[in-house]
Amino acid sequence: MSPEAASWDRAALALTLLAADPAALGGAVIRMRAGPDRDRVMAQLAALPLRRIHPTISDDQLFGGLDLAGTLEKGQLIESKSFFKNPCTALLTMAERCGPELAAKLAQQLDADAGHALILFDEGADADETAPAALRERLALQIAPEGRIPEGWGAVPAGTKAPDAANVAVSAADIDTLTTLAAAFGIDSLRAPLLALRTARLHAAIHGRETLAEQDIAAAAELVYPQRATRVPEQDASPEDEPPAPPENSPDDGNTDDSQSPSLPDGDMLVEAVRALLPADLLAGLVPAGTTRKAGGSGDGQKCKGNRRGRPLPSRRGRLDGQARIDLVATLRAAAPWQPLRRQSVPAGTGLHIRPADIRLKRYQEQSDRLLIFAVDASGSAAMTRLNEAKGAVEMLLAQAYAARDHVALIAFRGDGAEVLLPPTRSLVQTKRRLAALPGGGGTPLAAGLQQAALLAKQCAAKGLTPTVVLLTDGRANIALDGRADRTAAQADAEQMAGLLRAQQISALVIDMSVRPQEALRGLAAQLQAPYLALPRADAQRLSGAVSAALSG
Amino acid sequence: MKIPFPFSAIVGQHEMKQAMILTAVDPGIGGVLVFGDRGTGKSTAVRALAALLPPITVVESCPVNAATTAECPEWAELGSKKRVKRPTPVIDLPLGATEDRVVGALDIERALTRGEKAFEPGLLARANRGYLYIDEVNLLEDHIVDLLLDVAQSGENVVEREGLSIRHPARFVLVGSGNPEEGELRPQLLDRFGLSVEVRSPGDVAERVEVIRRRDAFESDREAFLQHYGTEDAKVRNAILKARKRLSKITTPDAILTDCATLCITLGSDGLRGELTLLRTARALAAYEGARTLKREHLRAIAPSALSHRLRRDPLDEAGSGARVRRIVDEVLG
Repeated sequence: MSPEAASWDRAALALTLLAADPAALGGAVIRMRAGPDRDRVMAQLAALPLRRIHPTISDDQLFGGLDLAGTLEKGQLIESKSFFKNPCTALLTMAERCGPELAAKLAQQLDADAGHALILFDEGADADETAPAALRERLALQIAPEGRIPEGWGAVPAGTKAPDAANVAVSAADIDTLTTLAAAFGIDSLRAPLLALRTARLHAAIHGRETLAEQDIAAAAELVYPQRATRVPEQDASPEDEPPAPPENSPDDGNTDDSQSPSLPDGDMLVEAVRALLPADLLAGLVPAGTTRKAGGSGDGQKCKGNRRGRPLPSRRGRLDGQARIDLVATLRAAAPWQPLRRQSVPAGTGLHIRPADIRLKRYQEQSDRLLIFAVDASGSAAMTRLNEAKGAVEMLLAQAYAARDHVALIAFRGDGAEVLLPPTRSLVQTKRRLAALPGGGGTPLAAGLQQAALLAKQCAAKGLTPTVVLLTDGRANIALDGRADRTAAQADAEQMAGLLRAQQISALVIDMSVRPQEALRGLAAQLQAPYLALPRADAQRLSGAVSAALSG
Repeated sequence: MKIPFPFSAIVGQHEMKQAMILTAVDPGIGGVLVFGDRGTGKSTAVRALAALLPPITVVESCPVNAATTAECPEWAELGSKKRVKRPTPVIDLPLGATEDRVVGALDIERALTRGEKAFEPGLLARANRGYLYIDEVNLLEDHIVDLLLDVAQSGENVVEREGLSIRHPARFVLVGSGNPEEGELRPQLLDRFGLSVEVRSPGDVAERVEVIRRRDAFESDREAFLQHYGTEDAKVRNAILKARKRLSKITTPDAILTDCATLCITLGSDGLRGELTLLRTARALAAYEGARTLKREHLRAIAPSALSHRLRRDPLDEAGSGARVRRIVDEVLG
């Protein structure tokens, strides 16, 4: 069977389990774009009483409370009902845009053990754009089939009788297997084996078994572990996946295998099965937790308007949504001129006549957080000269960024491309670790580095951060965007990318770390309208001082 | 709400459990901060603690859980004045909570529909004499953090806004949990927590298996599980109650005071809060263990949790500060 068809089969099984008992599994992440395929998937869950919520849902809608607009209109107390009053399955659309606050609230509801379940529609475009980890962690299943939907695809209905998962007998060895397996995939959280165990029980119950069988455990591991795995288990020295070993070694191998196998009867086979489901670029695409979160706290960045904190602005009319704060005085002032008229129209009413249209909301202006994107040239020429000095300088800047509560991100370019070594974070320990591990060597794909920086800056600006790109390079661009080693094309591409950054109005800073100042780099800085710092023989301290001066200036 | 997972059934995580029990013995210690990875049982432990704590006596209709009608704030419109036993409140502070919800605000409903000026108590009022739990405390917005700092310091919540002037007692134990990968906590807030604990997923497979086994047993046969661990929980509860009585009778030799000061100076912790917390926590531990005098071993047992978050932090230091404290404790106490 092709991998694509297999992924659809897994999706079908996941849907069957989900439809049978969503609360036990917590729910599922459905990582698909909107389309007929997703509609077909959702059709399998038609029997579930789904209720849609969206990432900007207000607290009043979620937890109930005073319906102010309704109360004012009717002149009597009207309360809106809590969403989570009865056990329900919530469907969160556009989950990749869900902020940490909503995630925390939903996670709390899931933890309350009141029979709630959650289905996330994750429409993230790339690997970094995902639903909040706090939620994904609590949902057992992920449904992310690849390719087109196969002919005649459909989940097998579980039957009308509710499966009795609680009565499935589980042996100590089963728990052992699932836990060991989770550990083998580097899954630290203990929620994973728990959810896997529940999945296995449910799988057994659906198939009418009263004890957990091997295929239940295999199915649970295949459904729950791949999306959580942080590493591929060590290749075991099992004879079948090894290339033919030299004859003198093979008897030993066989012996050790035999002696190990009783402790973990089907573990190796399961590892194989789950490994096959792991994405090929798993290790490359490892993203540290928490990088999808939005800015918190206030910082040095641009101004943005909100209604929660910051410097007060004149109030505006608007609707109360549970988040906004009402400006009482302005509201009363708006209502005052109408009182005689309204009293005439509703003679029975007492007190003030306030209509929803009178409501004024407070507005504040706050500064968003600044993000420093370090684009570091790790090419061979830079490595020859002063890559270590640049690393030192970045470390000193990090300490300053810590003081200013800035976020930092790290991009390295070398060889034929650029990569984001560290997505925006405030965790300096991580930044330092990644930086220390940064190897040098290869060509200088300056354009690719700038392109990556522009992309990251654009993403982060959308999240409310104010990005600044700090480019550290020796300026000898020699790899073009398409990967060709062509100096002229490379230079032209770099200039084009600089223009792109400029067009996005991203502030930048160019630090020349070559031995002799490069004319080309000065031109690039001009194109970026960025300060240019040529530091022929700078120590880290001076470099860092220059950057702070340029940023504060 | 269903009965939470019993406290005594939590496998391992000795430091976290000890810290929570000690704050129950002496709420003056000033709260616990639990930092660690996801799925290590942080919230489970807090919920379990709520069920474990001995009940308190409150005036039935009092919004701030006052023990007697004399202690009820004057703005409260008391209904029933009967004194009843209630479980110790453990109040969740959700991340997105607005300032109004935390400190309380003008009751807009009554202001607009009936034209009356009334105060609607917030979460701080409800947490009085109990616990305030903040999950993901490092993601909490700064202005809410400032509010909490102020109230945690003074034990009183003062609301001066929208024409209201209200104050009420707000003495609570702050329990925060979070994942350090998602961001740092401001030093000012860090210092306000009496104890800090780092939790990790158990590395030992046998221990992990035991966690899963107990959780599974809890889920599949709640009654039997609770019966088994309910008696264990009751033992801990009784020990806490006994320790509370014993607390004031613990004698503290001068040598121990010198030890506390020496420890804090050697570690270079800012301010005197370190010494005070160290002493209070050690006393609570001595009371919990049934000792009459404070000994060095009590200091040694709690020094890492009482001091590790008070050190001047090198932002680029990768090693946890717990190890540093342990090393210096060994040097100083021998």
